[in-house]
Amino acid sequence: MFASFMINTWIAATIIAVTAGILGFFVVLRRSAFAAHALPIGAFPGAAAAQLLGIQPLWGLLAFVAVGVALLQQLQRLGRRDVAAGLVLVTLMASGALLLSMTKAYGPGVFALLFGEVLGVSSADLLPVTIISAVVMVGVICLYRPLLLQSAFPALAVARGIRAGTTDLLFLILLGLVTAMALPVVGTLLVFSLLVVPAATAQTLSSHPTRAFVLSVVLAVGLMWSAIAFSFWTDWPIGFFVGAVGATLFSSARIFRFVRSRWRSTTAVAPSGPLNPAVFTRPT
Amino acid sequence: MLVWLAHILHFSFFHSGPVRTALLVGGCAAVVCAVIGVFTILRGHAFAGHALGDVSSAGGSASFFLGISPLAGFLGIAAIAAMSLEFLGVRRVRDQDVATGIVLGAGLGLSALFLYFDITTTSTTGAAVTVMFGSMFALSPSLIWPSIIVAILGLGTVSVLYRPLLLSVADPELAATRGISNRWVGMLHLLALAGAVALAALSVGSVLASALLIGPAAAALRVSRRPCVAISWAIILGLVAVWGGIWLAYESYYWFSGNAWPVSFFVVVIIFAMYLLGAPCQQLLRRRVRVAEPLPEGTER
Repeated sequence: MFASFMINTWIAATIIAVTAGILGFFVVLRRSAFAAHALPIGAFPGAAAAQLLGIQPLWGLLAFVAVGVALLQQLQRLGRRDVAAGLVLVTLMASGALLLSMTKAYGPGVFALLFGEVLGVSSADLLPVTIISAVVMVGVICLYRPLLLQSAFPALAVARGIRAGTTDLLFLILLGLVTAMALPVVGTLLVFSLLVVPAATAQTLSSHPTRAFVLSVVLAVGLMWSAIAFSFWTDWPIGFFVGAVGATLFSSARIFRFVRSRWRSTTAVAPSGPLNPAVFTRPT
Repeated sequence: MLVWLAHILHFSFFHSGPVRTALLVGGCAAVVCAVIGVFTILRGHAFAGHALGDVSSAGGSASFFLGISPLAGFLGIAAIAAMSLEFLGVRRVRDQDVATGIVLGAGLGLSALFLYFDITTTSTTGAAVTVMFGSMFALSPSLIWPSIIVAILGLGTVSVLYRPLLLSVADPELAATRGISNRWVGMLHLLALAGAVALAALSVGSVLASALLIGPAAAALRVSRRPCVAISWAIILGLVAVWGGIWLAYESYYWFSGNAWPVSFFVVVIIFAMYLLGAPCQQLLRRRVRVAEPLPEGTER
């Protein structure tokens, strides 16, 4: 399992999991799971387009992610957020269907892009993954407090002079970068699961932002590692294990929270909700 | 698909079998999705509707190696996913996003596994493309009657539930005081949604299923806020998109020297254009309404 041809896989997967865990914390907090689903799926045709033009897949993905972010931002102004995400997703995916019918890249290629082909990571793939992860991490660190405040208490953020539109756009750009970076390595489906499942589990277990944040990263890495290990042993696709282990993690967390709240309900009332407001009510 | 098109070429558009099947199954999908889509958008369940479509791809891919009807596969998994959504709490606004995400992740994982079985156990290499993007001209004629039955069941559920559903969408607390069980209404709505999405997944593919569900209904809701009128508009727009898409794909065989473009592509493009054109229409209609009867003080917009 730790043979030389697997080393690149472990490195790339770990970097992607850490980045996804960090950004996923905000995805769940902002309730933008649909956007986190729409961007990877919308970026997927980029790989087909790149193949048609004979350029690096990463450029095609980045181009389609940029189109996706721009469309999302525009359509969100027109109407409901979820409708906007849905329409962007299907429109980009339909152009993907067209491009696929042109390239004749049927079967295995499509499958790998949708569900991941983790066992074939080359050393050349590692460089863009590392650079983009570094950019995203620096971006999240710079934006941590405004993003946290704007995600949890939008009204308070407006009062502090944080612009909702700008934060939203920056967040979508970060999300798009992670998508384009991770897609060729782990596939469309895995990007989404890694963004949502660990963070959702973490926020079920803890309402303290920093604790939930760290837990989200730890769970993302654990999820990724266990999925690779299971996939290696059984030879089944990695996407299945990410989905199955993720659903198990989340269900266990929900059961744990339920049991704990029953246990405590006789003595104290636990703060319910995605975040404890007390963190923000300290005088500044 | 190209083989089918080569056959079609010898007949005119309406006389060819595959086109007639596509028109019928696609038409059923368009009508049911339009009606249920209006309620889905009003409830803010667009993500859940999309997730059901994506998750149903597991059923579609399982049908290949189990040898069952693809409609049964899509429908079965979509219904199971709808129940899991209800169980994880899709009704509570706070948990909705996350619950949908978890079900979506697990369902797509399952479909990865089933597609892998398709590739390894049978030699259907195109299964991923067929399930995800659909191929309307390759639908078997034996699917026509099951599709019509699913469509009638879906429409029947919604017409029986029409008033309680609207009330529970607009004001759940008022609905509860009137003796309407929000839980049951929500669950039946999700089941009807599963049926609609399964039909859409069969015709335009599971990833694009939400185009039929969300697109026409969202465009219609921009034209009119009255549920009845919006539903009628959504049906018209949905049928125009699906039938127009089928016709364009049929014609595209001649435009690109035998290289037909996919039906799903045309359907989605028409729907997207409709949604964008909804904005100018909405402004025109709004202006006329405002001149006729000014809205009372304090109402939104």
